[in-house]
Amino acid sequence: MKICVLVKEVPDAAVQKRLDPNTGLMDRSGEKNLNPYDTHAIEAAMQIKEGGSVDVEEVIAVTMGPDSAVRALHKAVSLGADRSVHLSDAALAGSDVAATGYALAQVLKRESPDLVLLGQQSDDGECYTIGAVVAEELGMPSLTQVIKMDTSTDGLTCERQAEYGYDTVKITLPAVISVGDAINEPRYPSLKAIMGAKKKPLDAVSTGDVGIDAAKVGKEHSAANWVAAKQPPAKAAGEIIEDEDTAETVEKIVAWLDERKLI
Amino acid sequence: MANILVYALHYEGAINKNSLGAVSEAARLAGELGGEAHAIVVGQADDALAGSLGEYGAKKVYRADAPEGLAQPVVDAMAKVIQDGDYSYALFGGGLLGFEIGAGLAARLGAGVAMEVTAVRAEGGELIAERPILGDSAISEIKYRSDVGIIIGRLNAFEARAGGSGAAPVEDVAVELSPHAQQATMVTRGEQRGADVDIEGADILVAGGRGLGKAEGFQLAEELAGAFGGNSAVAATRAVVDAGWYPYAAQIGQTGKTVAPKLYLAAGISGAIQHKVGMQASENIVAINKDANAPIFEFSDLGVVGDLNKILPKLTEAIKAKKGG
Ligand SMILES: Cc1cc2nc3c(=O)[nH]c(=O)nc-3n(C[C@H](O)[C@H](O)[C@H](O)COP(=O)(O)OP(=O)(O)OC[C@H]3O[C@@H](n4cnc5c(N)ncnc54)[C@H](O)[C@@H]3O)c2cc1C
Ligand SMILES: Nc1ncnc2c1ncn2[C@@H]1O[C@H](COP(=O)(O)O)[C@@H](O)[C@H]1O
Repeated sequence: MKICVLVKEVPDAAVQKRLDPNTGLMDRSGEKNLNPYDTHAIEAAMQIKEGGSVDVEEVIAVTMGPDSAVRALHKAVSLGADRSVHLSDAALAGSDVAATGYALAQVLKRESPDLVLLGQQSDDGECYTIGAVVAEELGMPSLTQVIKMDTSTDGLTCERQAEYGYDTVKITLPAVISVGDAINEPRYPSLKAIMGAKKKPLDAVSTGDVGIDAAKVGKEHSAANWVAAKQPPAKAAGEIIEDEDTAETVEKIVAWLDERKLI
Repeated sequence: MANILVYALHYEGAINKNSLGAVSEAARLAGELGGEAHAIVVGQADDALAGSLGEYGAKKVYRADAPEGLAQPVVDAMAKVIQDGDYSYALFGGGLLGFEIGAGLAARLGAGVAMEVTAVRAEGGELIAERPILGDSAISEIKYRSDVGIIIGRLNAFEARAGGSGAAPVEDVAVELSPHAQQATMVTRGEQRGADVDIEGADILVAGGRGLGKAEGFQLAEELAGAFGGNSAVAATRAVVDAGWYPYAAQIGQTGKTVAPKLYLAAGISGAIQHKVGMQASENIVAINKDANAPIFEFSDLGVVGDLNKILPKLTEAIKAKKGG
């Protein structure tokens, strides 16, 4: 079995996310990191590989993103992926969800995986939907927000929470699964794995290499056209108490609640 | 004609409240565009249930016989209705399936899609969707270049309004499922994990998140709720429900309950959008979190930056003392 894990480079959690006023796109300067939600997808792949119920030949990390995204791939490899593929092309900049999913699907077609894993969301885009787009493009069954996955050679038994409680769904392979962050506790990479990550094969491809129709990607060709960004209505900032002396803090909280007749 | 097709999710004989909101919103928008709002139900729905969407403004309801609770059969059904009909937009209320169906449909139709949409307006004969981004710190506006535009609402973004226009005609559509839509089958649906607790009726909710550290951490929340007494209860985030620390019935948010108590007090909750959408209408929001940058402080009336393990027990004592005295 061959598993592809889709990973993304996102601004580090400590960086204040903002739009670049000139381009209207996300300001991508500042520290970046592997999308934390994707580490759960890599971990899920590793647990299948190490679990022994199916034979996994390869785990491949795949990303679409600018040059710097190579570092997210190195991180993915340090967490266990055998090799990685980096789709990068100026023509892809500003692609919407549908265009991004289409482009990633073209890379995946070349790999023909049995299982494609994704994170539940990208920390910056927060669309929750790339998995569903990729699945449709590949003609594969899919499920998002999966928090338990039993793998056998003929398929997967997945659990996830939907609108009315927990659902258990059986899925035939090949399939596209987005995992929820409760599925596992990702491991930390070993120092050796971090050092060795740059030596693992990294395949850099551009749109032409994987048969992406350039007229279907990029900001200008994306069907969802982001026309403007505005500020949300200002909300009066709440009061903040820094807890230095807990007895005093609690006194303040009680007074605040009491004033509002909540006790 | 600028018609709008709305997916109406139903379960155990009732239409989802967010779907009713989406139908109402589509009816309003279609009116402005000079078209009609139509709805589609997938799976077992009798004429009365399907037709009841007329009350919310649907002029016609399609019913497709296909598996329930999974996205891809609905993509097949909606793609067929859209291709055979005359639709400019597809609209979904908030929820999980809407995300999956809307995205799949966008890929199928080569359409643009916007999710987490909080408002839609008609302007110059087209719809513009407003989508908060970057942790709700900015709002982007989205127009569509495709023949069909797909709009996925945020939970509770659209209000359900019964207009008294009576039942809508129901039309059965035959759908041929695509091969991949047949490769997923529901084994069990809607399993309720943990005790059946009521958080919707409470005036005071003490909500606990991953910051409680472990299942036993919920005791701190329960003791605090106990100190408030009266009509108080303990609620939870999905993270801790998925981890099995607290019952699903106590979950607030996108795939849980929507609440609006007099007091909502969060302990160890980051304030993710999917949680916020289920509690932002609370009258008073208090948050205790050790991370001063936690998003929950952006929408709290009182934010306490500190360790809940230190604060909660003392707060419980202080409230008990106050009530006793
Ligand atoms: C499609 C979809 C649907 C979802 N539906 C829901 C839903 O219905 N409801 C829901 O809640 N979520 C939902 N989620 C998940 C949501 O995105 C978040 O992952 C979840 O709400 C996070 O829960 P949390 O705040 O408990 O955990 P975390 O985000 O991990 O936050 C824990 C917080 O605790 C703080 N903390 C840690 N230790 C301490 C301490 N000692 N003292 C004080 N503070 C401490 C940390 O600083 C942190 O901010 C959904 C996600 C998706 C993608
Ligand atoms: N540019 C990208 N390259 C590779 N994978 C991506 C990319 N964008 C999103 N993903 C995957 O899709 C998941 C969901 O992202 P999103 O739909 O943007 O919230 C992420 O967790 C990643 O696994």
